[in-house]
Amino acid sequence: MIDNLNKIRNDFPILKTKVYDKPLVFLDSAASSQKPDCVINAVADFYKRHNANIHRGVYFLSQKATALYEETRVKVQQFINAKYSHEIIFTRGTTEGINLVASSFGDLLSDGDEVIISEMEHHANIVPWQLLQKRKKIVIKVIPITSDFQLDIAAYKKLINQRTKLVSVTHISNTLGTINPIQLIIDIAHANNIPVLIDAAQSIHHKAIDVQKLDVDFLVFSGHKMYAETGIGILYGKEDLLNKMPPYQGGGDMIKDVTFEQTTFAELPQKFEAGTTNYSGAISLKVAIEYIEKIGLDKIACYEGKLQDYAIAKLRKMPDIQLYTTSKFNKTSVISFNIKGIHHEDIGTMLDKMGIAVRTGGHCTYPLMKKLGVTGTVRASFVLYNTFAEIDFFVKSLQRVVNMLKN
Amino acid sequence: MKTIDQTQQEIVEEFSMFSDWMDKYEYIIDMGKNLEQLPDDFKKDEFLIPGCQSRVWLVPEFRDDKVFFKTDSDAIITKGIACLIVRIFNGRTKEEISKSKLFFIEKIGLVQNLSPTRANGLASMVDKIYRYVK
Ligand SMILES: Cc1ncc(COP(=O)(O)O)c(C=O)c1O
Repeated sequence: MIDNLNKIRNDFPILKTKVYDKPLVFLDSAASSQKPDCVINAVADFYKRHNANIHRGVYFLSQKATALYEETRVKVQQFINAKYSHEIIFTRGTTEGINLVASSFGDLLSDGDEVIISEMEHHANIVPWQLLQKRKKIVIKVIPITSDFQLDIAAYKKLINQRTKLVSVTHISNTLGTINPIQLIIDIAHANNIPVLIDAAQSIHHKAIDVQKLDVDFLVFSGHKMYAETGIGILYGKEDLLNKMPPYQGGGDMIKDVTFEQTTFAELPQKFEAGTTNYSGAISLKVAIEYIEKIGLDKIACYEGKLQDYAIAKLRKMPDIQLYTTSKFNKTSVISFNIKGIHHEDIGTMLDKMGIAVRTGGHCTYPLMKKLGVTGTVRASFVLYNTFAEIDFFVKSLQRVVNMLKN
Repeated sequence: MKTIDQTQQEIVEEFSMFSDWMDKYEYIIDMGKNLEQLPDDFKKDEFLIPGCQSRVWLVPEFRDDKVFFKTDSDAIITKGIACLIVRIFNGRTKEEISKSKLFFIEKIGLVQNLSPTRANGLASMVDKIYRYVK
């Protein structure tokens, strides 16, 4: 259990907001988390005291800003236990990380090569591969999910063949909350010499990730879901792979020398960080990681697990509810559901009037929606600053809303 | 028959009876529930309003210079709102519609209180009506 829960809520000033004169109950952290004071203050402090473009100036401020930026790189390296700090590439977020790999690693692929994704992927891990298909005739193979909302590992094994060049799957589904067995997925791929990309957007703030222990080849995540600013994210890649890949974008900072005839590229990590990056975002990420570490990922996961069990148990008791959640233990506090005969959007609209923020729709997982046979779901997600009392209020309000909407 | 503006004013007055947002929505929901279902043959893509999370159909029909609308949605609140729009525009001539200005949405506060996705949907529904009568 997280000690001093009240204190944790106090760290997030936005949670004191009122909407329509009602206390805000924020249950959409899976889309983006709220920010603690320490992150907000760090960004303000940076602009008040240290702001200057990084890697550019010989003067004090620029060097200070550069140092802070590079300190974040080292912080991230330690957080996911990467071997080298130059394996940590700053991106705009998960989406850019996957696009970078699809583009640059994609350059190394040939017509007929295959990439394996899964049926529960976010569009961010589907569309970049389809864009690559416009340049190369690669084949996208899809791991199906079981009726219990798990990846079908037997089917996955059958999809692998000589032409498989990459497996790219999500660690945790942003719609189902299912935690996928990534170690197993990686081991199976590696037994066939296939590298693996893991989308850690939903897991990085929830489960400890050790990239060396996992032996994962690429890992991507976003700052904004882990209490940092938006517009900053991380791509981790193994040094040898990143070295083999051509640059993603061209511009300032990513070069060694430029002439009109020929340009040579900078070493890692600058090679993949063209132009002025989001350095204030990067600095906020360091503070966010320190915040998570101070509370402890184990404690966070344990508390969020309790919220999840509590919410699922209460929701299951509701008549006509369809929960899209696995019966197994490998899940997180991201809960999708529908109420028979009622549109998800109506539920979201009415809950909003009661101060409750949930997500409705397809959650950027349209192929998964198709598989589930729905146009969307209601999704409630719970993180360290949510409370059992909020769940009680949410379920009670949901019951009221359903009574109003029922025919 | 009331003018477009009179009908709008009437709706504004109906909504002013409710002080609580839940009551206003209950009223919209009831309208949605009472609306006749659109036969499936009309649920075609050409009648679908873009920009909504839920599906909304708006089917125009011209009779004696006047335009009539049928509408439906798979979400009940959207359906209720579509009802209001249809109530305002049904049985009007092209001229009446193209000269009209919608003020009831703002007056009953629907726009600031509806989720932007729905507000967008509302805007494109109104937009579609104006385009039909061009
Ligand atoms: C599993 C997953 N992958 C990718 C993304 C995309 O992240 P971003 O929009 O931060 O790039 C998200 C965020 O919604 C996600 O949940």
